[in-house]
Amino acid sequence: MNITFALAGNQNCGKTTLFNQLTGSRQHVGNFPGVTVERKEGDILGHEGAHVVDLPGIYSISPYTAEEVVTRDYLLSDEPQGIINIIDVTNIERNLYLTLQMIELRKPMVLALNMMGELLSSGGSVDVEGLSRELGVPVIAIDALSGDGVHDLVDKAIETVQNDIRPQKVDFCSGPVHRALHSVVHIIEDHARQHNVPLRFAASKLVEGDGPMAELLDLHEADMEVINYIVEDMEKTLGIDREAALADMRYTFIENVCQKTVKHPGETKEQRRSWKIDRVLTHKVYGIPIFLGIMLLVFWITFGLVGPVLSGAFEGLIDSTIGLIDMGLTRAAVSPWLHSLIIDGACAGIGSVLSFLPTIVVLFFCLSILEDSGYMARVAFVMDRLLRTIGLSGRSFVPMLIGFGCSVPAIMATRTLPGERDRKMTILLIPFMSCSAKLPIYTVICQAFFPKYKPLVMLGLYVTGILVGVLIGFMLKSSLFRGRPAPFVLELPAYRMPSPKSSFFLMWEKAKDFLVKAFTVIFMASIVIWLLQNLDFGFNMVSDTADSMLVAIGRRIAPVFKPLGFGRWECAAALMAGLGAKEAVVSTLSMLMGGEAAISTLFASNLQAVSFLVFTLLYMPCVAAMAAVKRELGGMGKAAGMMAFQTGVAWIVSFMVYTFGLALGF
Amino acid sequence: MTLDKLKIGENSVIDTVGGQGALRRRLLDMGLTPGTKVAMRKKAPMGDPVEIKLRGYELTLRLEDAEKITLRGEGK
Repeated sequence: MNITFALAGNQNCGKTTLFNQLTGSRQHVGNFPGVTVERKEGDILGHEGAHVVDLPGIYSISPYTAEEVVTRDYLLSDEPQGIINIIDVTNIERNLYLTLQMIELRKPMVLALNMMGELLSSGGSVDVEGLSRELGVPVIAIDALSGDGVHDLVDKAIETVQNDIRPQKVDFCSGPVHRALHSVVHIIEDHARQHNVPLRFAASKLVEGDGPMAELLDLHEADMEVINYIVEDMEKTLGIDREAALADMRYTFIENVCQKTVKHPGETKEQRRSWKIDRVLTHKVYGIPIFLGIMLLVFWITFGLVGPVLSGAFEGLIDSTIGLIDMGLTRAAVSPWLHSLIIDGACAGIGSVLSFLPTIVVLFFCLSILEDSGYMARVAFVMDRLLRTIGLSGRSFVPMLIGFGCSVPAIMATRTLPGERDRKMTILLIPFMSCSAKLPIYTVICQAFFPKYKPLVMLGLYVTGILVGVLIGFMLKSSLFRGRPAPFVLELPAYRMPSPKSSFFLMWEKAKDFLVKAFTVIFMASIVIWLLQNLDFGFNMVSDTADSMLVAIGRRIAPVFKPLGFGRWECAAALMAGLGAKEAVVSTLSMLMGGEAAISTLFASNLQAVSFLVFTLLYMPCVAAMAAVKRELGGMGKAAGMMAFQTGVAWIVSFMVYTFGLALGF
Repeated sequence: MTLDKLKIGENSVIDTVGGQGALRRRLLDMGLTPGTKVAMRKKAPMGDPVEIKLRGYELTLRLEDAEKITLRGEGK
């Protein structure tokens, strides 16, 4: 047996929970080719040769968002032999809307009814057999959280594919829509067969006015004209346009089916409970303070409470491992340069990045709870107004906020954002939120130059970062990202208990993601930086860093920073070292200057120090963040472009600060 | 009357759905079709977006988008 299933469904219907039940920890996460849409797949537990691909949560097979296009292309391809469609029965009408479109694909398909327990306990019910009869596909009731019924579901799904049981009916229409669909079916029959597209699906999409479908079928102009004529006729008879007509047809059919087979209490207990919770959480006055409080709590847990303890313990572990390697190398009498390369280069680089790992894991645990409980949608609801001005939606708020802790998890967290445009734009703006690793730089420089105004300067830096981010947002909105943002029409799902399993899998997945990065990109980068610091251009080891390539390059590029007021090579070298990890800016500076105290002699004026701080705030992020960007944007080229952009912005802003500062007499 | 004018606690029925492209399609896909009953539930702390209830679930959308949805008669 070798079967691949596509797992499809709306957002918030328990799809991820079901996926985790099906596959356990044997999951592989990647991207669909060419887009930043996540593709998760895995083998189904206990069924040798059965494989499942988790598709993005969507509401319709429309041609608009990247998620929808990917789903559609995948379902139309030959890869999945069967479809498992999971729906939330407490919200059955809207969930079935996607189901009807997938039935038209005429692939073997099974419908999984999730959250039956919730409906039953609230006095509702579903006539499972009746529903199956009305829709013409097998229907199985499951509980994704506890795993009840999942076994039956898989058996049924496999049976459907093996016996090639296809949906029994495809006619959900009546009246003028029915007539139009059937006329179109006749016209495109040959084309559909030729291009291997399900006939009925193609006809519905064409009547709906779906451009990509016409292209896919390679229809003649004359055919298109006839189709257009048919559809216009339908529109005239109905008095509504094509898109509304088809949506209406589907919903009318669904309402009929539900009337016959579903008893809905109107509002389940969970929905009533959610309404009560929301009276507090999205309250007019307390809503925002409560959100900020929750985020503060998340930050405190990650960066204040659990994070440091775990990080400390983890660092100890890393240090002792490095110690062991060190000892081994000494005993094996490896040549000093190789020894230093391994210990001071590779191990130190990976070690410093690995110490982030616990923080990232804890942070994603908190985030997954916020997401799974349904609170994240409320955050979008509460904060949307604020982000709309820069062309984003409330959904981007949390990732940006996390950016103040660390850009790496912040960038990783953008994956749940709907719409590729919003995702890319958010990634681009996150590094402007000053991350916690830059704090030591601010502290040391402020201490040396403006000990009295330290808090003020620090606050000023954070605000500058946000302001530049907003400004860039404005510019991007009207240039690079002029495209329409993802429509902000968002479901507010009922609050539910998060599944510990899902949180665990998410943590594990993010940790794995990060580890892969640490041992590939970051490993390479650490070695390169070590080589630069320890070799001269003849590739000889240097005893004094001042003779190294890093410093030589620093001297070479220092003039670039002259207009910004800090043309000293020490600054340039430190900024380069900062690409490994931002903390390294301070350590490199003190090493090159001969002690931290000597940093106070680095700049001739306070204005130069400010300019340097602004540049550090804004210039390209560290390699770990770069690796995250590469992963999420899906390409080194795009990541490199973003780094160049950021460094350019940093240069311009610092230049303005310095020039205006000079003009104002500072 | 348009959906954005519906007062909190009021119900009405959708008459037409305007807008265009991805937004309009999204509204229709989410079940905001002509003849659907909607209820205004609440406004976000900054006054926008709003939360509505339809087809047994809660949905949030922006006022500028709600303005494109007309209702049959007044809210009640």
